[in-house]
Amino acid sequence: MEEFNSETDSDYSSYWRDWFISSRGHEYFCEIDEEYLTDRFNLTGLNTEVQYYQYALDLVTDVFDFECNDDMREQIEKSARHLYGLVHARYIITTRGLQKMLEKYKKYDFGRCPRVLCAGQPLLPIGLSDLPNVKSVKLYCGRCEDVYVPKSSRHAVIDGAYFGASFPHILFQVYPQLIPQKNTERYTPRCFGFKVHASAALLRWQEQQRVAQRRRLIEAEVELPTPEEAERMQDSEDDEEEEIVDSIDVDGDKVEW
Amino acid sequence: MTDHPTFSNDPPGHNDNYEEDEEEELSEAEEEEDVEGEEEEEEDDEESLVSESWISNFCSVIGHEYFAEVTEEFIEDDFNLTGLSAIVPMYKEALEMILDVEPDGASDEASEGDPESDAYNNGAAARKKAARMGAGGAGNIALIESSAELLYGLVHQRYILSRPGMQQMYEKYIAAHFGHCPRVFCNNARVLPCGSTDTPNMDTVKLFCPCCLDIYTPPNSRFQQVDGAFFGTSFASLFLMTFTDIDYSAPSHKTPAQIPPTARKASGSSTAAAASNAAATSSGLPPQPGTLNGFATQNIAPGLGTGKQYEMKIYGFKVSERSKSGPRMKWLRTRPDDMNQLDEMTRAEMRRTGRLRRKKKGQSSAKDEDGMDVSPGPQEPLEQRRVIKKPVRRIRADEPGGPTTAR
Repeated sequence: MEEFNSETDSDYSSYWRDWFISSRGHEYFCEIDEEYLTDRFNLTGLNTEVQYYQYALDLVTDVFDFECNDDMREQIEKSARHLYGLVHARYIITTRGLQKMLEKYKKYDFGRCPRVLCAGQPLLPIGLSDLPNVKSVKLYCGRCEDVYVPKSSRHAVIDGAYFGASFPHILFQVYPQLIPQKNTERYTPRCFGFKVHASAALLRWQEQQRVAQRRRLIEAEVELPTPEEAERMQDSEDDEEEEIVDSIDVDGDKVEW
Repeated sequence: MTDHPTFSNDPPGHNDNYEEDEEEELSEAEEEEDVEGEEEEEEDDEESLVSESWISNFCSVIGHEYFAEVTEEFIEDDFNLTGLSAIVPMYKEALEMILDVEPDGASDEASEGDPESDAYNNGAAARKKAARMGAGGAGNIALIESSAELLYGLVHQRYILSRPGMQQMYEKYIAAHFGHCPRVFCNNARVLPCGSTDTPNMDTVKLFCPCCLDIYTPPNSRFQQVDGAFFGTSFASLFLMTFTDIDYSAPSHKTPAQIPPTARKASGSSTAAAASNAAATSSGLPPQPGTLNGFATQNIAPGLGTGKQYEMKIYGFKVSERSKSGPRMKWLRTRPDDMNQLDEMTRAEMRRTGRLRRKKKGQSSAKDEDGMDVSPGPQEPLEQRRVIKKPVRRIRADEPGGPTTAR
């Protein structure tokens, strides 16, 4: 039964979930286990969120046998999709769900980061809100830590709440070995080989922020300095004699991060 | 009119005021065209297949949407082709093909004219692709064809840096022919094509977003056949320096607003800056400059900074940077709230004249030592120490240009 369900063959449309995840535009979804769906605890609070909750649940779990007209059927179908999405957001942050999403992540099912310097890093789906009907699904890149709009318009209509705002971060907390190597390389706008002044100034400032954070982390002993960094930190400690601060800095103490 | 003294780092031979006038006319015309927008573009594609010019055919091939049509005058000027004969094989034939000049002399060459135009009238994109691959079977004409494409691309790289080319690309930019930035916080801002190198056959075309100063892979794989060198490394930057007063953060379905010239005056002139500074001062920031380092301040990476950065959260709680999976790349998408921090010249000057006060390390280190000796818990001095020595250059300018008053 278990194996049978996880097969994404649209011929078996008798299984609603199978049909759902294999239909076009639903490539980001994974299949929710039967046991998870039938455990009422996992559905807490959803009955107020979803119309025709009971029928929708029956449909999702393939025990739907309610005779009704097409309009009603369509309504229930819609509710079922909504319900599946909301349960999906909960399911994918369970151990089992994380595993399933991880498989999809490794298969590049969610696409690759469009940023050139991320070198085709696989993406993860994310919602910018946990509330339904607020924002559509976005894609999170673990390398540049930014969110992108899905390429295909059929994915841009999926509700972000079906994946939740926490999912990628939980995944990386659970599987820290999968955190992508961060990349300090970046694009520098140039004109005839010369850096453009305005952007170069901003890039220098950003680089300062990066170094400052790196230093904070090394001091907090979260990360280990490279030999060069250790040397540089030693140097800059001497430099601090000449550090220039604004007069109001002492009391204002503006922390940038 | 010399009201933009800070624009002195514009490319040589570039006249600001002239540019503005021209651009205003242009953008008015553009607004109309923009409404019809992309539907028209597709019709154009089909129509222009019937037209006979090689250049317009080339530009209407699927995947060549980013190209501007180089004017024949530009190609006919030998100066613009300097050095290309050494790079492009069968240079002469390729040039003739681009300019649709009937090759004279040998009969076998003359016969090439007909299949060539036939092929184009059929819109033989597939054939062109084969030619691009350099398929030997297609023979001489395929070789010339691929040479012509290379030559056209390299001329195109130069053409879009010229004034008429820049104008054409501006029109394409406004019509959002290059697409929009995939980054969520750039809010669909238009992008510009660019190459990572000026040498052909090295890398494909990329898209530069003026909003986040980053480059992206074009969403459609058909652009992954297009050589980045045909757009070059300088175009996008030069574009930003040429069209200084359009709002680069405008979403691609809206016509970008003009940045009013008043907002671009240096912060020294009180009335002009006042409006744009109203918001800044209310949030407790010092007055913001209208132009900075040769750019309108609001056009320096407008898609970055506070509120336009993704913040990783789990169940609504920010992930600490001390976590192994915590944020490490925030620097990439950051931008100072107080843009005066980027005014390195003024800061250096203030430092030199002592208007930025020097802080002796002695004070803090003495505190440290005292703390170590006197206070029982090392917790507090450590904390202090971290805060004090964290930023490498944590300097905040008071009004640049104005005398600093210690508050």
